[in-house]
Amino acid sequence: MLAYIIRRVFQSVIVLLAVGLVAFSMFRFVGDPIENLLGQERTVQDVERLREALGLNDPFAVQYARFLGRAVTGDFGISYRQSRPVSQIIAERAPATLELAFVSGVLALTVGIGLGVFTAIRRDGWAANIIMSVSLIGVSLPTFLIGILLIYLFGVQLRWLPTFGRGDVVDLGWWTTGFLTSSGLKSLILPSITLGLFQMTLIMRLVRSEMLEVLRQDYIRFARARGLSAKSVNFRHALKNTMVPVITVTGLQLGAIIAFAIITETVFQWPGVGLLFINAVQFVDIPVMAAYLMLISVMFVMINLLVDILYVWVDPRLRIDGRHT
Amino acid sequence: MDMPVLSLRNLTVDIPTRHGTLRPVDDVSWDIAAGEILGVVGESGAGKSMTGNAVIGLLDPPAHISAGEVLLEGERIDNYTLAQMRRVRGKRIGMVFQDPLTSLNPLLTIGEQLSETILRHLDVSRSEADARAIQGLDEVGIPSARNRMGAYPHEFSGGMRQRVVIALALCAEPTLLIADEPTTALDVSVQAQIIALLKRLCRERGMAAMLVTHDMGVIAETADRVAVMYAGRLAEIGPVSQIVGQPRHPYTDGLMASTPAASAGQARLRQIPGAMPRLNRMPDGCAFHPRCPRAQDKCRVNPGPKVGTADERAACWFPIEQDEAAA
Repeated sequence: MLAYIIRRVFQSVIVLLAVGLVAFSMFRFVGDPIENLLGQERTVQDVERLREALGLNDPFAVQYARFLGRAVTGDFGISYRQSRPVSQIIAERAPATLELAFVSGVLALTVGIGLGVFTAIRRDGWAANIIMSVSLIGVSLPTFLIGILLIYLFGVQLRWLPTFGRGDVVDLGWWTTGFLTSSGLKSLILPSITLGLFQMTLIMRLVRSEMLEVLRQDYIRFARARGLSAKSVNFRHALKNTMVPVITVTGLQLGAIIAFAIITETVFQWPGVGLLFINAVQFVDIPVMAAYLMLISVMFVMINLLVDILYVWVDPRLRIDGRHT
Repeated sequence: MDMPVLSLRNLTVDIPTRHGTLRPVDDVSWDIAAGEILGVVGESGAGKSMTGNAVIGLLDPPAHISAGEVLLEGERIDNYTLAQMRRVRGKRIGMVFQDPLTSLNPLLTIGEQLSETILRHLDVSRSEADARAIQGLDEVGIPSARNRMGAYPHEFSGGMRQRVVIALALCAEPTLLIADEPTTALDVSVQAQIIALLKRLCRERGMAAMLVTHDMGVIAETADRVAVMYAGRLAEIGPVSQIVGQPRHPYTDGLMASTPAASAGQARLRQIPGAMPRLNRMPDGCAFHPRCPRAQDKCRVNPGPKVGTADERAACWFPIEQDEAAA
């Protein structure tokens, strides 16, 4: 078990090194940072002095090692545009994105699994058929369109919910939260639905098809033949067996929720890291882009690691510690 | 005679399809007394498993019981609601399926699966349920049962898993056991152990059993009486010695003659020409007549009459008589 986790961690580190290389390459190949830092009026000596000062004349490997060394300590340099440390800018923005992603993820998981189980058990019921048809919308409509439709309906026409921003937030010093104010909570509703809808329908359809498969298995038949209650057969016996593939997809999708928050944040002007990234792209603010890239890849890698550990927890066949031998 | 544990009265199962109604089980009647093992034999698709599923109420829709009655200890259960049936399954009828590798939930320990079933049917505390589970495992011959409670199904061999399945089916002490090909998926050496185990449990508990199989060896070894099914109908039923030794229905006769016996020095096994008709192409009259050496005109018009007593009868116009068989 421990060896399994250590091996996975080791693999994760290799992935992060590779992503770090890509992020670092942006500095080298997406334009010359000197061009951005010095204006039109410059001498060759100025350029050379700055190159030397920034360490840009060192060999590639040395620069990469330096970049990694700083990245590990959370130092991604100074934003070209805001002239402030990138880590500081991201730390300000991260709570907004993480809170949004958290609410979307919880929504997608609970509603997705719930509806998936329901539509599998009531396979031929009218309610299940309606849910399945409606879910096609969630799978097929692009996120920005859903966001705009929701804004139009609940923001513009009904005027029930705010259409942009986080509302009032409470500053806890190291974290700003929208969970503690009613305007903050209200502001979360539309963006989190927009962000989570695709994942919700995906999880629902996945749970449904896995569940239908599992319900055909002999052990479900045997559970029924032992007179177990419908609740026990459906949830204790069937749902647990659908969880391994669901965890895989859900894990990746949670990563996707954070990464693709870019679109939702743009539509709702949500002050998170996604919006920060879009702005950084517009101004070729490479340190911010590189930091964002690293941040997202760290999250993906961590989620994958978590998923691998969850498998073992759910499926005893993967436990290779020989507890019962 | 005591009241039989299970009585089937003209049980008929229908499957409505777009191209007409199929009848996988047609007018089947038999009794099983307490402590008695009824072997049910027949080719694949003869309706053996379907009959078992009909008894325990696990027919897959659209299959349903369209006529006849199922009586459990004199009580009619075929019209029970699902909720009532859940109290019968496991508690009064235990069922064992063919493949022990897939019959157990891979994600729950066998202890969890056992206690869950016991708690469902018996009014006992959790610790008592565990104690009964251990006792049940002990009874089916799982070594060091106490230590195996926390083990998962994949940690057992096929034969051991079938023992666990039997323990599960019997943990709430049902009066009737339906075993649907319980040894088919097992090694021959393990088959004998499982059969011996089932036989012992039936005798010790006075439990009635319906043993579905296509293995004549298993039947001859285990059953007290044998029911031979053909194309959904009961061809012949009788004590095992008669079915094996002096079959009256030509199909039973053919079935016995085509079973290899280790002792007999037969040069060549006899075979029944042709194949069992498919459900959507059932011939008129006796379903066996296209393959029957004794078939005459009236066999092609009307199904064979039931000749004999309730305990031993064959559905045939021209049953094989005793003196004839001897000749």
